[in-house]
Amino acid sequence: MKEYEIVIGLEVHVELATKSKIFCGCSTAFGGAPNSHTCPVCTGMPGSLPVLNKKVVEYAMAVGLATNCAISPQTKFDRKNYFYPDNPQDYQISQLYLPICRDGFVEIDVEGKKKVGIHEIHMEEDAGKLIHDETKDCSYVDYNRAGVPLIEIVSKPDMRSAKEVIAYLEKLRILIQYLGVSDCKLQEGSMRADVNLSVRLRGETEYGTRTEMKNLSSFKAITRAVDYESKRQIALLESGQVVEQETRRWDDEKGASFTMRSKEDAQDYRYFPEPDLLPLLIDHAWIETIKAKQPEFRDEKIKRYQTEYQIPEYDILILTENKHTADIFEATVALGANPKKVSNWIMGEALRLLKESEKDAKDLCLTPAHLAKLIELVDKRVINNTTAKEVFEVMFHEDVDPEKYVREHGLKMEMEDGQLEDMIRQVIEDNPQSVEDYRNGKKKAMGFLVGQTMKATKGKADPAAINRILSELLDN
Amino acid sequence: MTKKIDDKTIAYVSTLASLELLPEEKESAKKDLSQMLDFVDCLSQLDTEGVSPMSNVFNEVNVFREDEVVNSDGSEATLHNAPEKKDRYFVVPKTIEP
Repeated sequence: MKEYEIVIGLEVHVELATKSKIFCGCSTAFGGAPNSHTCPVCTGMPGSLPVLNKKVVEYAMAVGLATNCAISPQTKFDRKNYFYPDNPQDYQISQLYLPICRDGFVEIDVEGKKKVGIHEIHMEEDAGKLIHDETKDCSYVDYNRAGVPLIEIVSKPDMRSAKEVIAYLEKLRILIQYLGVSDCKLQEGSMRADVNLSVRLRGETEYGTRTEMKNLSSFKAITRAVDYESKRQIALLESGQVVEQETRRWDDEKGASFTMRSKEDAQDYRYFPEPDLLPLLIDHAWIETIKAKQPEFRDEKIKRYQTEYQIPEYDILILTENKHTADIFEATVALGANPKKVSNWIMGEALRLLKESEKDAKDLCLTPAHLAKLIELVDKRVINNTTAKEVFEVMFHEDVDPEKYVREHGLKMEMEDGQLEDMIRQVIEDNPQSVEDYRNGKKKAMGFLVGQTMKATKGKADPAAINRILSELLDN
Repeated sequence: MTKKIDDKTIAYVSTLASLELLPEEKESAKKDLSQMLDFVDCLSQLDTEGVSPMSNVFNEVNVFREDEVVNSDGSEATLHNAPEKKDRYFVVPKTIEP
Protein backbone atom coordinates (compact mmCIF):
# COMPACT_ATOMS: atom_id res chain seq x y z
CA MET A 1 0.00 0.00 0.00
CA LYS A 2 1.08 3.55 -0.67
CA GLU A 3 2.22 5.59 2.29
CA TYR A 4 -0.18 8.27 3.48
CA GLU A 5 0.33 11.25 5.70
CA ILE A 6 -2.40 12.47 8.05
CA VAL A 7 -2.90 16.24 8.27
CA ILE A 8 -4.79 17.62 11.25
CA GLY A 9 -5.86 21.08 12.36
CA LEU A 10 -7.87 21.80 15.50
CA GLU A 11 -10.58 24.21 16.51
CA VAL A 12 -10.55 24.41 20.28
CA HIS A 13 -13.28 26.16 22.26
CA VAL A 14 -12.37 27.19 25.78
CA GLU A 15 -14.94 28.47 28.24
CA LEU A 16 -13.49 31.41 30.15
CA ALA A 17 -13.77 31.45 33.95
CA THR A 18 -15.25 34.92 34.31
CA LYS A 19 -17.83 35.53 37.01
CA SER A 20 -20.35 37.09 34.62
CA LYS A 21 -21.33 36.46 31.01
CA ILE A 22 -19.62 38.11 28.05
CA PHE A 23 -22.28 40.76 27.32
CA CYS A 24 -24.44 40.98 30.46
CA GLY A 25 -24.25 40.76 34.24
CA CYS A 26 -25.71 37.24 34.51
CA SER A 27 -23.77 34.63 36.45
CA THR A 28 -21.71 31.95 34.67
CA ALA A 29 -21.92 29.58 37.66
CA PHE A 30 -22.77 25.94 37.05
CA GLY A 31 -25.73 24.23 38.64
CA GLY A 32 -28.25 27.09 38.71
CA ALA A 33 -31.95 26.27 38.26
CA PRO A 34 -32.90 26.22 34.53
CA ASN A 35 -32.94 29.69 32.98
CA SER A 36 -32.18 31.36 36.32
CA HIS A 37 -28.99 32.96 34.93
CA THR A 38 -30.73 34.78 32.09
CA CYS A 39 -31.78 38.31 31.24
CA PRO A 40 -33.09 40.20 28.19
CA VAL A 41 -29.53 40.51 26.78
CA CYS A 42 -28.44 36.86 26.80
CA THR A 43 -31.87 35.69 25.62
CA GLY A 44 -31.83 38.16 22.73
CA MET A 45 -34.93 40.14 23.64
CA PRO A 46 -35.66 42.97 21.21
CA GLY A 47 -34.22 46.29 22.32
CA SER A 48 -31.64 44.83 24.69
CA LEU A 49 -28.07 46.03 24.36
CA PRO A 50 -24.94 43.95 24.93
CA VAL A 51 -21.94 45.52 26.71
CA LEU A 52 -18.59 43.75 26.55
CA ASN A 53 -17.06 42.24 29.71
CA LYS A 54 -13.54 43.72 29.93
CA LYS A 55 -12.15 40.60 31.58
CA VAL A 56 -13.00 38.51 28.49
CA VAL A 57 -10.77 40.74 26.36
CA GLU A 58 -7.96 40.54 28.90
CA TYR A 59 -8.23 36.75 29.19
CA ALA A 60 -8.21 36.37 25.40
CA MET A 61 -5.14 38.64 25.21
CA ALA A 62 -3.40 36.61 27.94
CA VAL A 63 -3.98 33.35 26.03
CA GLY A 64 -2.84 35.04 22.82
CA LEU A 65 0.39 36.22 24.42
CA ALA A 66 1.00 32.80 25.99
CA THR A 67 0.68 31.21 22.54
CA ASN A 68 3.00 33.74 20.84
CA CYS A 69 0.21 35.45 18.90
CA ALA A 70 0.13 39.01 17.65
CA ILE A 71 -2.62 40.99 19.39
CA SER A 72 -4.74 42.91 16.89
CA PRO A 73 -4.56 46.67 17.46
CA GLN A 74 -8.12 46.90 16.16
CA THR A 75 -10.71 44.20 16.73
CA LYS A 76 -14.51 43.94 16.59
CA PHE A 77 -17.41 41.54 16.76
CA ASP A 78 -19.57 40.04 14.01
CA ARG A 79 -22.89 38.25 13.90
CA LYS A 80 -23.05 34.65 12.76
CA ASN A 81 -26.64 33.92 11.79
CA TYR A 82 -28.30 30.53 12.23
CA PHE A 83 -31.50 29.05 13.63
CA TYR A 84 -31.28 26.48 16.37
CA PRO A 85 -33.20 26.34 19.65
CA ASP A 86 -30.03 26.61 21.77
CA ASN A 87 -29.38 30.02 20.20
CA PRO A 88 -31.98 32.47 21.53
CA GLN A 89 -30.90 35.46 19.41
CA ASP A 90 -30.90 33.50 16.13
CA TYR A 91 -27.34 34.71 15.80
CA GLN A 92 -24.14 34.17 17.73
CA ILE A 93 -21.91 37.14 18.47
CA SER A 94 -18.45 36.07 17.32
CA GLN A 95 -15.45 37.48 15.47
CA LEU A 96 -14.83 36.76 11.80
CA TYR A 97 -13.13 39.72 10.15
CA LEU A 98 -10.84 41.08 12.85
CA PRO A 99 -10.13 38.41 15.50
CA ILE A 100 -8.30 39.54 18.64
CA CYS A 101 -5.20 37.33 18.16
CA ARG A 102 -3.42 36.01 15.08
CA ASP A 103 -0.39 34.03 13.96
CA GLY A 104 0.94 32.30 17.03
CA PHE A 105 2.39 28.92 17.86
CA VAL A 106 3.00 26.50 20.69
CA GLU A 107 5.83 24.02 20.92
CA ILE A 108 5.04 20.34 21.44
CA ASP A 109 7.39 17.45 22.10
CA VAL A 110 6.45 14.12 20.50
CA GLU A 111 9.53 12.26 19.31
CA GLY A 112 11.29 15.61 19.03
CA LYS A 113 10.21 19.21 19.39
CA LYS A 114 8.03 20.93 16.81
CA LYS A 115 5.89 24.02 16.53
CA VAL A 116 2.15 23.90 15.94
CA GLY A 117 0.97 27.14 14.37
CA ILE A 118 -2.04 29.04 15.64
CA HIS A 119 -4.00 30.70 12.89
CA GLU A 120 -6.16 32.88 15.14
CA ILE A 121 -7.98 33.19 18.45
CA HIS A 122 -11.36 34.86 18.60
CA MET A 123 -13.90 35.71 21.29
CA GLU A 124 -17.51 34.56 21.14
CA GLU A 125 -20.50 33.56 23.22
CA ASP A 126 -21.61 30.05 24.15
CA ALA A 127 -25.07 28.68 23.34
CA GLY A 128 -27.74 27.28 25.65
CA LYS A 129 -28.28 23.64 26.48
CA LEU A 130 -30.85 21.25 25.02
CA ILE A 131 -32.09 18.22 26.89
CA HIS A 132 -33.98 15.69 24.78
CA ASP A 133 -36.95 13.92 26.31
CA GLU A 134 -36.51 10.16 26.15
CA THR A 135 -40.19 9.35 25.91
CA LYS A 136 -41.91 12.42 24.49
CA ASP A 137 -41.30 14.17 21.21
CA CYS A 138 -39.89 17.32 22.76
CA SER A 139 -36.68 18.98 23.97
CA TYR A 140 -36.10 21.22 26.99
CA VAL A 141 -34.07 24.40 26.68
CA ASP A 142 -31.95 26.01 29.38
CA TYR A 143 -30.23 29.29 28.47
CA ASN A 144 -27.95 29.48 31.53
CA ARG A 145 -24.90 28.79 29.32
CA ALA A 146 -26.05 31.19 26.59
CA GLY A 147 -23.69 34.16 26.65
CA VAL A 148 -20.94 32.47 28.68
CA PRO A 149 -17.66 33.71 27.19
CA LEU A 150 -15.62 31.44 24.95
CA ILE A 151 -12.43 31.78 23.02
CA GLU A 152 -11.91 29.67 19.92
CA ILE A 153 -8.31 28.76 19.19
CA VAL A 154 -7.86 27.78 15.55
CA SER A 155 -4.63 25.95 14.77
CA LYS A 156 -2.90 25.64 11.45
CA PRO A 157 -3.00 22.17 9.80
CA ASP A 158 0.33 21.32 11.42
CA MET A 159 -0.37 18.08 13.28
CA ARG A 160 0.39 14.68 11.79
CA SER A 161 -0.83 12.15 14.36
CA ALA A 162 -3.24 11.63 17.25
CA LYS A 163 -0.24 11.83 19.60
CA GLU A 164 0.58 15.31 18.33
CA VAL A 165 -3.05 16.33 18.72
CA ILE A 166 -3.07 15.19 22.37
CA ALA A 167 0.30 16.89 23.02
CA TYR A 168 -1.05 20.12 21.53
CA LEU A 169 -4.23 19.98 23.61
CA GLU A 170 -2.26 19.19 26.77
CA LYS A 171 0.00 22.13 26.03
CA LEU A 172 -2.96 24.48 25.61
CA ARG A 173 -4.68 23.06 28.68
CA ILE A 174 -1.67 23.62 30.92
CA LEU A 175 -0.94 27.11 29.53
CA ILE A 176 -4.53 28.16 30.10
CA GLN A 177 -4.69 26.54 33.51
CA TYR A 178 -1.50 28.41 34.52
CA LEU A 179 -3.16 31.63 33.40
CA GLY A 180 -6.20 30.74 35.50
CA VAL A 181 -8.57 31.77 32.72
CA SER A 182 -10.34 28.38 32.44
CA ASP A 183 -10.27 24.97 34.05
CA CYS A 184 -10.17 23.35 30.58
CA LYS A 185 -12.04 20.13 31.27
CA LEU A 186 -12.81 18.16 28.12
CA GLN A 187 -15.27 15.90 29.94
CA GLU A 188 -17.23 18.78 31.40
CA GLY A 189 -17.22 20.76 28.19
CA SER A 190 -15.14 23.74 29.37
CA MET A 191 -12.68 22.73 26.61
CA ARG A 192 -14.05 21.33 23.35
CA ALA A 193 -12.09 20.26 20.30
CA ASP A 194 -13.24 19.83 16.71
CA VAL A 195 -10.80 17.90 14.52
CA ASN A 196 -10.19 18.85 10.89
CA LEU A 197 -8.50 15.95 9.15
CA SER A 198 -7.33 15.10 5.67
CA VAL A 199 -4.90 12.57 4.22
CA ARG A 200 -2.42 12.80 1.35
CA LEU A 201 0.30 10.68 -0.16
CA ARG A 202 3.59 11.24 1.61
CA GLY A 203 5.63 13.84 -0.27
CA GLU A 204 2.52 15.49 -1.73
CA THR A 205 2.50 19.26 -1.15
CA GLU A 206 -1.23 19.95 -1.72
CA TYR A 207 -3.66 19.17 1.08
CA GLY A 208 -6.36 16.55 0.55
CA THR A 209 -10.08 17.24 1.10
CA ARG A 210 -10.74 17.56 4.80
CA THR A 211 -13.60 16.59 7.05
CA GLU A 212 -14.50 18.20 10.35
CA MET A 213 -15.30 15.96 13.30
CA LYS A 214 -17.37 17.05 16.28
CA ASN A 215 -18.49 15.63 19.62
CA LEU A 216 -15.09 14.55 20.93
CA SER A 217 -15.25 14.64 24.71
CA SER A 218 -12.07 12.91 25.84
CA PHE A 219 -8.46 12.41 24.76
CA LYS A 220 -9.30 8.76 24.20
CA ALA A 221 -12.22 9.64 21.93
CA ILE A 222 -9.96 12.00 19.95
CA THR A 223 -7.33 9.29 19.48
CA ARG A 224 -9.93 6.76 18.32
CA ALA A 225 -11.65 9.28 16.06
CA VAL A 226 -8.38 10.30 14.37
CA ASP A 227 -7.54 6.65 13.79
CA TYR A 228 -11.01 5.86 12.42
CA GLU A 229 -11.28 8.90 10.18
CA SER A 230 -7.80 8.60 8.66
CA LYS A 231 -8.42 4.91 7.87
CA ARG A 232 -11.81 5.76 6.36
CA GLN A 233 -10.32 8.43 4.11
CA ILE A 234 -7.39 6.25 3.03
CA ALA A 235 -9.78 3.38 2.20
CA LEU A 236 -11.86 5.74 0.05
CA LEU A 237 -8.81 6.94 -1.87
CA GLU A 238 -7.41 3.43 -2.24
CA SER A 239 -10.66 2.23 -3.81
CA GLY A 240 -10.60 5.08 -6.29
CA GLN A 241 -13.29 7.16 -4.54
CA VAL A 242 -13.02 10.70 -3.26
CA VAL A 243 -13.30 12.19 0.20
CA GLU A 244 -16.31 14.50 0.53
CA GLN A 245 -15.87 17.74 2.41
CA GLU A 246 -18.34 17.38 5.27
CA THR A 247 -18.98 17.69 8.98
CA ARG A 248 -19.05 14.38 10.82
CA ARG A 249 -20.22 13.44 14.28
CA TRP A 250 -18.14 11.04 16.35
CA ASP A 251 -20.13 8.35 18.15
CA ASP A 252 -17.83 7.05 20.87
CA GLU A 253 -20.11 4.14 21.77
CA LYS A 254 -20.22 2.84 18.21
CA GLY A 255 -16.56 3.77 17.64
CA ALA A 256 -17.46 5.41 14.32
CA SER A 257 -18.23 8.80 12.82
CA PHE A 258 -21.31 9.72 10.81
CA THR A 259 -22.12 12.48 8.34
CA MET A 260 -23.82 15.45 9.99
CA ARG A 261 -23.94 17.69 6.96
CA SER A 262 -22.23 17.72 3.61
CA LYS A 263 -20.68 20.68 1.85
CA GLU A 264 -23.90 21.17 -0.15
CA ASP A 265 -25.92 21.68 3.06
CA ALA A 266 -23.21 23.83 4.57
CA GLN A 267 -24.87 26.76 6.25
CA ASP A 268 -24.56 30.26 4.94
CA TYR A 269 -23.99 32.17 8.17
CA ARG A 270 -24.38 35.60 6.58
CA TYR A 271 -21.77 37.15 8.84
CA PHE A 272 -21.99 40.90 9.24
CA PRO A 273 -20.46 43.41 11.67
CA GLU A 274 -22.27 43.44 15.04
CA PRO A 275 -23.86 46.89 15.15
CA ASP A 276 -24.68 46.79 18.89
CA LEU A 277 -21.05 46.61 19.99
CA LEU A 278 -18.38 49.24 19.50
CA PRO A 279 -14.96 48.42 18.04
CA LEU A 280 -11.99 47.78 20.30
CA LEU A 281 -8.64 49.49 20.05
CA ILE A 282 -5.88 47.71 21.91
CA ASP A 283 -2.81 49.85 22.45
CA HIS A 284 0.71 48.90 23.36
CA ALA A 285 0.30 49.99 26.99
CA TRP A 286 -2.64 47.65 27.53
CA ILE A 287 -0.75 44.72 26.02
CA GLU A 288 2.20 45.49 28.31
CA THR A 289 -0.06 45.46 31.39
CA ILE A 290 -1.32 42.00 30.45
CA LYS A 291 2.22 40.83 29.67
CA ALA A 292 3.39 41.96 33.09
CA LYS A 293 0.74 39.77 34.72
CA GLN A 294 1.69 36.58 32.84
CA PRO A 295 2.84 33.84 35.22
CA GLU A 296 6.00 31.78 34.88
CA PHE A 297 4.78 28.99 32.57
CA ARG A 298 5.45 25.30 32.96
CA ASP A 299 8.36 25.00 30.52
CA GLU A 300 10.25 27.82 32.27
CA LYS A 301 9.35 26.40 35.66
CA ILE A 302 10.69 22.96 34.74
CA LYS A 303 14.00 24.51 33.64
CA ARG A 304 14.28 26.51 36.85
CA TYR A 305 13.42 23.52 39.09
CA GLN A 306 16.14 21.48 37.39
CA THR A 307 18.80 23.90 38.58
CA GLU A 308 17.22 25.22 41.76
CA TYR A 309 15.96 22.12 43.56
CA GLN A 310 17.59 18.75 44.10
CA ILE A 311 14.59 16.68 43.09
CA PRO A 312 14.15 14.01 40.39
CA GLU A 313 12.85 14.90 36.90
CA TYR A 314 9.76 12.80 37.56
CA ASP A 315 8.88 14.93 40.60
CA ILE A 316 9.39 18.11 38.60
CA LEU A 317 6.98 16.99 35.88
CA ILE A 318 4.27 16.04 38.35
CA LEU A 319 4.66 19.11 40.58
CA THR A 320 4.47 21.50 37.63
CA GLU A 321 1.51 19.85 35.92
CA ASN A 322 -0.72 22.17 37.91
CA LYS A 323 0.31 25.70 38.82
CA HIS A 324 -1.39 25.41 42.19
CA THR A 325 0.67 22.39 43.34
CA ALA A 326 3.82 24.07 42.02
CA ASP A 327 2.94 27.22 44.00
CA ILE A 328 2.44 25.22 47.21
CA PHE A 329 5.73 23.41 46.61
CA GLU A 330 7.70 26.61 46.07
CA ALA A 331 6.15 28.43 49.02
CA THR A 332 6.84 25.51 51.37
CA VAL A 333 10.44 25.16 50.24
CA ALA A 334 10.85 28.92 50.64
CA LEU A 335 10.02 28.43 54.33
CA GLY A 336 13.10 26.25 54.66
CA ALA A 337 11.66 22.77 54.16
CA ASN A 338 13.64 20.13 52.29
CA PRO A 339 12.50 20.12 48.60
CA LYS A 340 12.38 16.34 48.25
CA LYS A 341 10.39 15.95 51.44
CA VAL A 342 7.91 18.63 50.30
CA SER A 343 7.67 16.98 46.91
CA ASN A 344 7.01 13.58 48.54
CA TRP A 345 4.09 14.93 50.55
CA ILE A 346 2.52 16.68 47.56
CA MET A 347 3.08 13.90 45.03
CA GLY A 348 2.31 11.07 47.38
CA GLU A 349 -0.27 11.88 50.01
CA ALA A 350 -1.83 15.03 48.54
CA LEU A 351 -2.39 13.59 45.06
CA ARG A 352 -3.63 10.30 46.54
CA LEU A 353 -6.16 12.11 48.73
CA LEU A 354 -7.23 14.35 45.82
CA LYS A 355 -7.92 11.28 43.73
CA GLU A 356 -9.72 9.57 46.59
CA SER A 357 -11.99 12.56 47.18
CA GLU A 358 -12.40 13.12 43.40
CA LYS A 359 -11.06 16.64 43.67
CA ASP A 360 -9.06 18.66 41.21
CA ALA A 361 -5.46 19.71 41.97
CA LYS A 362 -6.57 23.35 41.88
CA ASP A 363 -8.87 22.66 44.84
CA LEU A 364 -5.99 21.43 46.99
CA CYS A 365 -6.20 23.41 50.20
CA LEU A 366 -2.83 23.11 51.85
CA THR A 367 -1.16 25.98 53.68
CA PRO A 368 2.60 25.98 52.96
CA ALA A 369 3.38 27.03 56.55
CA HIS A 370 1.44 24.03 57.85
CA LEU A 371 3.18 21.61 55.51
CA ALA A 372 6.59 23.03 56.46
CA LYS A 373 5.70 22.60 60.14
CA LEU A 374 4.59 19.01 59.62
CA ILE A 375 7.91 18.18 57.99
CA GLU A 376 9.71 19.84 60.89
CA LEU A 377 7.71 17.81 63.41
CA VAL A 378 8.88 14.60 61.73
CA ASP A 379 12.47 15.85 61.38
CA LYS A 380 12.59 16.68 65.06
CA ARG A 381 11.07 13.31 65.89
CA VAL A 382 8.14 14.88 67.67
CA ILE A 383 5.92 12.54 65.66
CA ASN A 384 6.73 9.52 63.53
CA ASN A 385 5.86 9.01 59.87
CA THR A 386 2.71 7.03 60.53
CA THR A 387 1.31 9.75 62.77
CA ALA A 388 2.42 12.40 60.26
CA LYS A 389 0.34 10.74 57.53
CA GLU A 390 -2.70 10.78 59.80
CA VAL A 391 -2.14 14.45 60.61
CA PHE A 392 -1.65 15.24 56.93
CA GLU A 393 -5.00 13.71 56.11
CA VAL A 394 -6.67 16.01 58.65
CA MET A 395 -4.71 18.98 57.21
CA PHE A 396 -5.90 18.01 53.74
CA HIS A 397 -9.54 18.04 54.75
CA GLU A 398 -9.58 20.79 57.36
CA ASP A 399 -6.38 22.79 56.84
CA VAL A 400 -5.45 22.50 60.55
CA ASP A 401 -2.17 23.64 62.10
CA PRO A 402 -0.28 20.35 62.58
CA GLU A 403 1.57 21.50 65.68
CA LYS A 404 -1.65 22.47 67.41
CA TYR A 405 -3.38 19.33 66.22
CA VAL A 406 -0.58 17.07 67.49
CA ARG A 407 -0.63 18.82 70.86
CA GLU A 408 -4.38 18.76 71.25
CA HIS A 409 -4.69 15.12 70.29
CA GLY A 410 -1.71 13.93 72.32
CA LEU A 411 0.05 12.49 69.29
CA LYS A 412 3.50 13.58 70.38
CA MET A 413 6.03 10.80 70.86
CA GLU A 414 6.49 11.09 74.58
CA MET A 415 8.59 8.05 75.25
CA GLU A 416 11.80 8.94 76.94
CA ASP A 417 14.49 6.38 76.33
CA GLY A 418 14.28 5.09 79.89
CA GLN A 419 10.55 4.60 79.77
CA LEU A 420 10.81 3.03 76.33
CA GLU A 421 13.52 0.66 77.50
CA ASP A 422 11.27 -0.58 80.31
CA MET A 423 8.50 -1.31 77.85
CA ILE A 424 10.90 -3.11 75.49
CA ARG A 425 12.18 -5.26 78.35
CA GLN A 426 8.58 -6.23 79.04
CA VAL A 427 8.03 -7.12 75.35
CA ILE A 428 11.20 -9.28 75.39
CA GLU A 429 9.98 -11.05 78.53
CA ASP A 430 6.55 -11.65 77.00
CA ASN A 431 7.89 -13.06 73.74
CA PRO A 432 10.64 -15.55 74.57
CA GLN A 433 10.06 -17.55 71.39
CA SER A 434 10.72 -14.57 69.12
CA VAL A 435 13.79 -13.61 71.11
CA GLU A 436 15.15 -17.14 70.69
CA ASP A 437 14.32 -17.09 66.97
CA TYR A 438 16.18 -13.83 66.61
CA ARG A 439 19.21 -15.07 68.45
CA ASN A 440 19.19 -18.21 66.28
CA GLY A 441 19.57 -16.03 63.23
CA LYS A 442 15.95 -15.40 62.23
CA LYS A 443 16.37 -11.67 61.81
CA LYS A 444 12.71 -11.35 60.79
CA ALA A 445 11.72 -11.89 64.41
CA MET A 446 13.04 -8.41 65.08
CA GLY A 447 10.20 -6.87 63.06
CA PHE A 448 7.64 -8.67 65.18
CA LEU A 449 9.23 -7.38 68.38
CA VAL A 450 9.30 -3.82 67.03
CA GLY A 451 5.62 -4.17 66.14
CA GLN A 452 4.78 -5.44 69.62
CA THR A 453 6.62 -2.50 71.17
CA MET A 454 4.83 -0.01 68.88
CA LYS A 455 1.53 -1.54 69.96
CA ALA A 456 2.48 -1.28 73.62
CA THR A 457 3.42 2.40 73.19
CA LYS A 458 0.22 3.10 71.18
CA GLY A 459 2.34 4.39 68.32
CA LYS A 460 3.89 7.17 70.30
CA ALA A 461 7.45 5.90 70.07
CA ASP A 462 10.05 6.65 67.45
CA PRO A 463 10.60 3.41 65.47
CA ALA A 464 14.28 4.30 65.10
CA ALA A 465 14.62 4.51 68.87
CA ILE A 466 12.83 1.18 69.32
CA ASN A 467 15.15 -0.46 66.82
CA ARG A 468 18.21 0.97 68.51
CA ILE A 469 17.25 -0.03 72.05
CA LEU A 470 15.92 -3.42 70.98
CA SER A 471 19.14 -4.25 69.16
CA GLU A 472 21.20 -3.21 72.15
CA LEU A 473 19.16 -5.40 74.51
CA LEU A 474 19.06 -8.43 72.21
CA ASP A 475 22.62 -8.37 71.03
CA ASN A 476 24.09 -8.12 74.50
CA MET B 1 -30.01 49.89 -13.48
CA THR B 2 -32.38 47.26 -12.13
CA LYS B 3 -31.05 44.28 -10.16
CA LYS B 4 -32.99 41.19 -11.04
CA ILE B 5 -33.83 38.90 -8.13
CA ASP B 6 -34.59 35.51 -9.61
CA ASP B 7 -36.69 32.63 -8.23
CA LYS B 8 -33.59 30.79 -7.08
CA THR B 9 -32.41 33.71 -4.97
CA ILE B 10 -35.86 34.18 -3.40
CA ALA B 11 -36.04 30.47 -2.55
CA TYR B 12 -32.55 30.63 -1.02
CA VAL B 13 -33.16 33.79 0.99
CA SER B 14 -36.48 32.53 2.34
CA THR B 15 -34.85 29.27 3.43
CA LEU B 16 -32.10 31.20 5.22
CA ALA B 17 -34.70 33.36 6.94
CA SER B 18 -36.89 30.34 7.78
CA LEU B 19 -39.83 31.88 5.95
CA GLU B 20 -42.43 30.01 3.93
CA LEU B 21 -43.67 32.28 1.16
CA LEU B 22 -46.78 31.83 -0.96
CA PRO B 23 -46.26 32.18 -4.75
CA GLU B 24 -47.74 35.70 -4.79
CA GLU B 25 -45.63 36.70 -1.79
CA LYS B 26 -42.56 35.50 -3.62
CA GLU B 27 -43.42 37.73 -6.56
CA SER B 28 -43.89 40.83 -4.43
CA ALA B 29 -40.75 40.01 -2.41
CA LYS B 30 -38.80 39.79 -5.66
CA LYS B 31 -40.05 43.23 -6.62
CA ASP B 32 -39.35 44.72 -3.16
CA LEU B 33 -35.87 43.28 -2.89
CA SER B 34 -34.95 44.48 -6.37
CA GLN B 35 -36.05 47.99 -5.43
CA MET B 36 -34.05 47.89 -2.20
CA LEU B 37 -30.94 46.79 -4.03
CA ASP B 38 -31.42 49.56 -6.56
CA PHE B 39 -31.79 52.06 -3.76
CA VAL B 40 -28.64 50.93 -1.98
CA ASP B 41 -26.87 50.71 -5.31
CA CYS B 42 -26.80 54.51 -5.60
CA LEU B 43 -24.04 54.41 -2.96
CA SER B 44 -21.74 52.90 -5.55
CA GLN B 45 -21.67 56.29 -7.25
CA LEU B 46 -19.51 57.52 -4.37
CA ASP B 47 -15.79 57.18 -4.56
CA THR B 48 -14.91 55.07 -1.48
CA GLU B 49 -11.31 54.51 -2.44
CA GLY B 50 -9.22 54.48 0.74
CA VAL B 51 -12.25 54.69 3.08
CA SER B 52 -12.35 51.78 5.51
CA PRO B 53 -15.77 50.20 6.16
CA MET B 54 -17.52 51.24 9.37
CA SER B 55 -19.71 48.98 11.50
CA ASN B 56 -21.61 51.69 13.34
CA VAL B 57 -22.17 55.42 13.35
CA PHE B 58 -20.83 56.18 16.82
CA ASN B 59 -17.44 57.67 17.18
CA GLU B 60 -16.66 55.67 20.30
CA VAL B 61 -14.47 52.68 21.05
CA ASN B 62 -13.66 50.47 24.05
CA VAL B 63 -16.92 50.53 25.97
CA PHE B 64 -16.77 47.88 28.68
CA ARG B 65 -18.46 46.59 31.76
CA GLU B 66 -16.54 45.16 34.69
CA ASP B 67 -16.78 41.42 35.37
CA GLU B 68 -19.49 41.59 38.03
CA VAL B 69 -22.65 39.58 38.48
CA VAL B 70 -25.42 42.15 38.81
CA ASN B 71 -28.44 40.15 37.66
CA SER B 72 -30.47 37.92 39.95
CA ASP B 73 -32.72 35.01 38.99
CA GLY B 74 -34.27 36.04 35.69
CA SER B 75 -36.12 32.84 34.88
CA GLU B 76 -39.60 34.18 35.56
CA ALA B 77 -39.29 37.09 33.13
CA THR B 78 -37.38 34.99 30.58
CA LEU B 79 -40.09 32.33 30.56
CA HIS B 80 -42.99 34.76 30.80
CA ASN B 81 -43.99 34.59 27.13
CA ALA B 82 -42.95 31.01 26.50
CA PRO B 83 -45.69 29.14 24.59
CA GLU B 84 -44.80 26.00 26.53
CA LYS B 85 -42.66 25.49 29.63
CA LYS B 86 -41.95 22.82 32.23
CA ASP B 87 -39.88 23.01 35.43
CA ARG B 88 -38.44 26.36 34.31
CA TYR B 89 -37.34 24.94 30.93
CA PHE B 90 -38.63 26.09 27.57
CA VAL B 91 -40.30 23.15 25.83
CA VAL B 92 -39.71 22.93 22.07
CA PRO B 93 -40.36 20.27 19.41
CA LYS B 94 -37.62 17.65 19.62
CA THR B 95 -34.55 19.08 17.91
CA ILE B 96 -31.49 16.95 17.36
CA GLU B 97 -28.87 18.18 14.96
CA PRO B 98 -28.81 15.66 12.08
